[in-house]
Amino acid sequence: MDFPLLIGIFPQVLLDGLILGFMYALIALGYTMVYGVLEFINFAHSEIFVVGAFVGVEILLTLQAAGLLEIFSPFLVLLVVLLLGMLASGLLAVTVERVAYRPLRGAPRLIPLISAIGVSFFLQDAVRLVESIWRNAFNLVYPTMDTLNIRYSFTETLDVSVKSLVVIVASLLMLWGLHALVNRTKIGKAIRAVAEDQATASLMGINVNRMISLTFLIGGAMGGAAGVLFGVQYSLINPYTGFIPGLKAFTAAVLGGIGNIPGAMLGGLVLGLLEAFAASYLSLLTGGAFGAEYKDIFAFSILILILIFRPKGLLGEVVRERA
Amino acid sequence: MITSLLSRPVPATILVIALLGITAYAVSHFPRSIVAFMLFQASILLLYFASMPAWLKGLLTAGALGVLMPVVGSINGYYLEIAIQVGIFVALALGLNIVVGLAGLLDLGYVAFFAVGAYTWAIFGSPQANQIFGGSAFPVPPAWFFVFLLLGVGVAASAGILLGLPVLRLHGDYLAIVTLGFGEVIRVLANNLDKPINFTNGPKGITPISRPPIFFDPALRALGIDPNPNVVYPLYLYFLVLLIVGVTILVNRRVEDSHVGRAWEAIREDQTAAQAMGVPLVRMKLMAFACGASFAGAVGVLFSAKQVFINPESFTFMESIGVLAMVILGGMGSIPGAILGATVVTVLNLQVLKGLSLWLNELRNAGVTIFGWSLANLPTQLEPAKYERMVFGLILVLMMIFRPQGILPAQRRHRELRDAAARPEN
Amino acid sequence: MRTVRLRYLPVALAALALVLPVTSLTDAQSKGTIKIATQSPLSGGQAALGEGIKLGTQLAIEKLKGPIEKLGFKVELVPFDDQAKPDVGVANAANVIADKDILVVVGHLNSGVAIPASEKYKEAQLAMISPANTNPTVTDRNYLNVSRVCGRDDVQGVVGAEFAKTTLKAKTAYVIHDKTTYGQGVAEFFKADAEKKGIKILGFEGTEEKSNFDPIITPMKAKNPDLIYFGGIYDQAAPFFKQAREKGVKATFMGPDGMDSSDLTKIAGKAVQGMYYTSVAGPVSVYPAAKEFAKQYKDKFKKDPEPFAAQAYDATAIGLKAIEAAIKASGGKVPSREQVSVAVRKTKHTGITGTIEFDEKGDPKKALYFVLQVASDDPGKWGDNKEVKRLSIAAPPLKKS
Repeated sequence: MDFPLLIGIFPQVLLDGLILGFMYALIALGYTMVYGVLEFINFAHSEIFVVGAFVGVEILLTLQAAGLLEIFSPFLVLLVVLLLGMLASGLLAVTVERVAYRPLRGAPRLIPLISAIGVSFFLQDAVRLVESIWRNAFNLVYPTMDTLNIRYSFTETLDVSVKSLVVIVASLLMLWGLHALVNRTKIGKAIRAVAEDQATASLMGINVNRMISLTFLIGGAMGGAAGVLFGVQYSLINPYTGFIPGLKAFTAAVLGGIGNIPGAMLGGLVLGLLEAFAASYLSLLTGGAFGAEYKDIFAFSILILILIFRPKGLLGEVVRERA
Repeated sequence: MITSLLSRPVPATILVIALLGITAYAVSHFPRSIVAFMLFQASILLLYFASMPAWLKGLLTAGALGVLMPVVGSINGYYLEIAIQVGIFVALALGLNIVVGLAGLLDLGYVAFFAVGAYTWAIFGSPQANQIFGGSAFPVPPAWFFVFLLLGVGVAASAGILLGLPVLRLHGDYLAIVTLGFGEVIRVLANNLDKPINFTNGPKGITPISRPPIFFDPALRALGIDPNPNVVYPLYLYFLVLLIVGVTILVNRRVEDSHVGRAWEAIREDQTAAQAMGVPLVRMKLMAFACGASFAGAVGVLFSAKQVFINPESFTFMESIGVLAMVILGGMGSIPGAILGATVVTVLNLQVLKGLSLWLNELRNAGVTIFGWSLANLPTQLEPAKYERMVFGLILVLMMIFRPQGILPAQRRHRELRDAAARPEN
Repeated sequence: MRTVRLRYLPVALAALALVLPVTSLTDAQSKGTIKIATQSPLSGGQAALGEGIKLGTQLAIEKLKGPIEKLGFKVELVPFDDQAKPDVGVANAANVIADKDILVVVGHLNSGVAIPASEKYKEAQLAMISPANTNPTVTDRNYLNVSRVCGRDDVQGVVGAEFAKTTLKAKTAYVIHDKTTYGQGVAEFFKADAEKKGIKILGFEGTEEKSNFDPIITPMKAKNPDLIYFGGIYDQAAPFFKQAREKGVKATFMGPDGMDSSDLTKIAGKAVQGMYYTSVAGPVSVYPAAKEFAKQYKDKFKKDPEPFAAQAYDATAIGLKAIEAAIKASGGKVPSREQVSVAVRKTKHTGITGTIEFDEKGDPKKALYFVLQVASDDPGKWGDNKEVKRLSIAAPPLKKS
């Protein structure tokens, strides 16, 4: 076994895993927040994520076509794109809730789940339809911005690109912002109250419907931000891109304890790191017998193990059974 | 008007028999008309609603499915293929209905058990097993298919227990994600176990898989019928599927009203209360998993024999979601619901949406114009064939909003929802 | 309780009745029409490639239906969406067989769908000409009705290894594939032959990942291979190559014919400039037919052809030729499906992917492979890709078991 190699790539794998983990964390927030207030899995969240990515790529491509991409500072452009992507995804999430979930309040919990699956199918092909007409293509590529691709080499095997740093910094800022919003503001308190008990919250004068819409807005916006960052980091997107990251983020949310915001962040990071290490090391450690393709098995096995010992996830509190 | 007709036995019987006859005749007259076939399917559905003596209903159902359908199917083989796939999905939906509908355990990886069954026969019913054990003893003789049908049940049930054991403590959506993971694990394993030892041949898949022997071949010859395998096999497979579906329905109905079935429903409604009433949670949950899985295992065996070739592409997460949609669309916990849900989704997917696309294509080729605008100018981006999933998604959402209890809800669930609707706020 | 539900029934029946007349009308009118079906995924993640097959066929029918129309028949395309799912493909196949006007099927994209579906076609001896199924099993079953115009994995992989050894003089290689029948097949044959020729394989990895390749690139970069071979399709390979270059991997890139799309450079840009790929479709700059095809395709559909569109075009051309021959042989009447299948095997056709002639089991007798080099990072200049080597390898003969 090649020990210098195994140790040499360690920092790089750690970094790769962190970036992936932050991405998962951002998406997982959408799942976990919706679950917190409505107790159902919002399957359409992966499409909300994709719509964010598509809004981002459309703005960037438009800027590029107008020759404006080189003029403005890439960071400024990215900030604007990020905000608009968040806005679009957030509004879409609110609309989806209004149209497809609100009429189903109080129905057995599998009903909104199926509705969400329906929305997910619908949105996938709707994005494809729009892009097919608009650009006659639905595999779109984020334009390259040279500043973001500058790399700093620290050692032989570790180097960091500007865009990786952007992803990490942006994710951290947003996670911190959300944490502050939920825990330090009145609105956050109201959302938490609705999550705790809708009937009581409404008796306390909280507009439950508005808070639920707000939850979707925030969760959707986080998903949209993740979409833009995903596009910037990995470049190629298509209407079906969201499915796998969505599934993983959902897993991350459960891993951390679904309905729990810090849990989603932790779960995302743990899952991202697990995946990165499994994919990089499995083949090296087993002499090629098992390779990167086993990373999902590895991740899911760990998930099952963790859930056996902590049935409510890593940070999940022991919640009462739903009446 | 139809409702009042159907509620009176004599006119109902006459109406249903007449409809079955007319539509079957229509299919034989317009073998390519999907609408004729759909009307035929609709009249079988009508049979279910018609009120008539149970023996007569049974007789008519047997006649429609056992005689008319094969006749229709031999006129147009496509319909038989649809009927076989409908049967396969009906059995799957009934199996999942036990886990999700009765016991209330959300399973998002149900297709894993289907895969387990399919691979059980695929490996031993093809030369693939030689890769594992060496030599050239395999495939086993085709007659072993029937042994493997039982074996598939056993293996899948064991897999169900295997999955059930570690996750018994989990509730609701934690369980959902673990089953989802399990489904993915099985698929990824099937996709990757071509090394270090070649079990599944990876993405390249396994072929040729033996089909069950035509044991009634001499009988057919004695009757003076030349058994052309191209005609006989689809019919044979159709009757096998029918048999499995029949057994599944029988078991489902017996189980539903047994103490086990009641225990499952008790767990679904309130786990803590059920436990307090002395329902053994662990055993009952494991039984639900095993029971649901076993049906999938049996159809899996049949599926691999029907396809002659399998690879992991047939066992994706989307298939699990599809079966789940069938159960919920039909009405959770309801046997007729699961059957109808599976039928509707399969027919919608394989027949209606496809038929619509083909129909539009024909209109285009025929040069039809709408308000002076030629259909042939429709840009390729807008072709309906590409948006079948979008239509399906829309149908799912609309169904859930306007008929959340499913098409044919279980009676108990129906009452529950009405009560929930009567309450102002949850 | 039960009666309430039936309110909707008359409405549904009425709606169905509305559709009925039109369908029966078209039923009656189909005399003298010959149809060619395509089966490929038109929805879902692989839709872009599947659509390429459909559009290639559509173009071929439009351009080449003349001779059959002169004989008094209409030629129509019937596109089917197999959703890349085996069960859907088989159901469609049953529907295809039931339509007696369909004499040739062009498809599928996935071998996993093609193999079970062709069992159905075989029941009717309906000719299937595959533009993309490179899995050896497709033709090794020796069915009269199954042929393909594309090469086999075991041939293309060898071509790649041969080029890597003799021209690139690579000493070490790292092989990545996409865990599909196609990608893994090519990659395995590349690996086996490269090892035989003395190239050291530093790693062999499969991945279903579509966007994030970091964890695979890191150990690969540390091992510093001369050559990276990606067995797969451009939509997965391009982000991989792009990320690998961005992470500072300096190896030469190479891949099979799944790379043959201008979208490769559209996605990966500079990263793939100078990379090599093997293909049966000759470079547009040398073959006027290929150039003409690319131009017509772009004019009609406003986009560049996808990887298997040219093969679909040739498959359709062969199908049309065979139908024409079969009509003539049967005295101007609609030929049987078996006659068409026989005629397909006898057809020799020079198309945009070279001259195709089938051997006894339906493989092209001699596949002429080109090794091409990506000329520019501008997707508009995909047509300038240069041929760097030409290899002609026959498909392995049928194994008698």
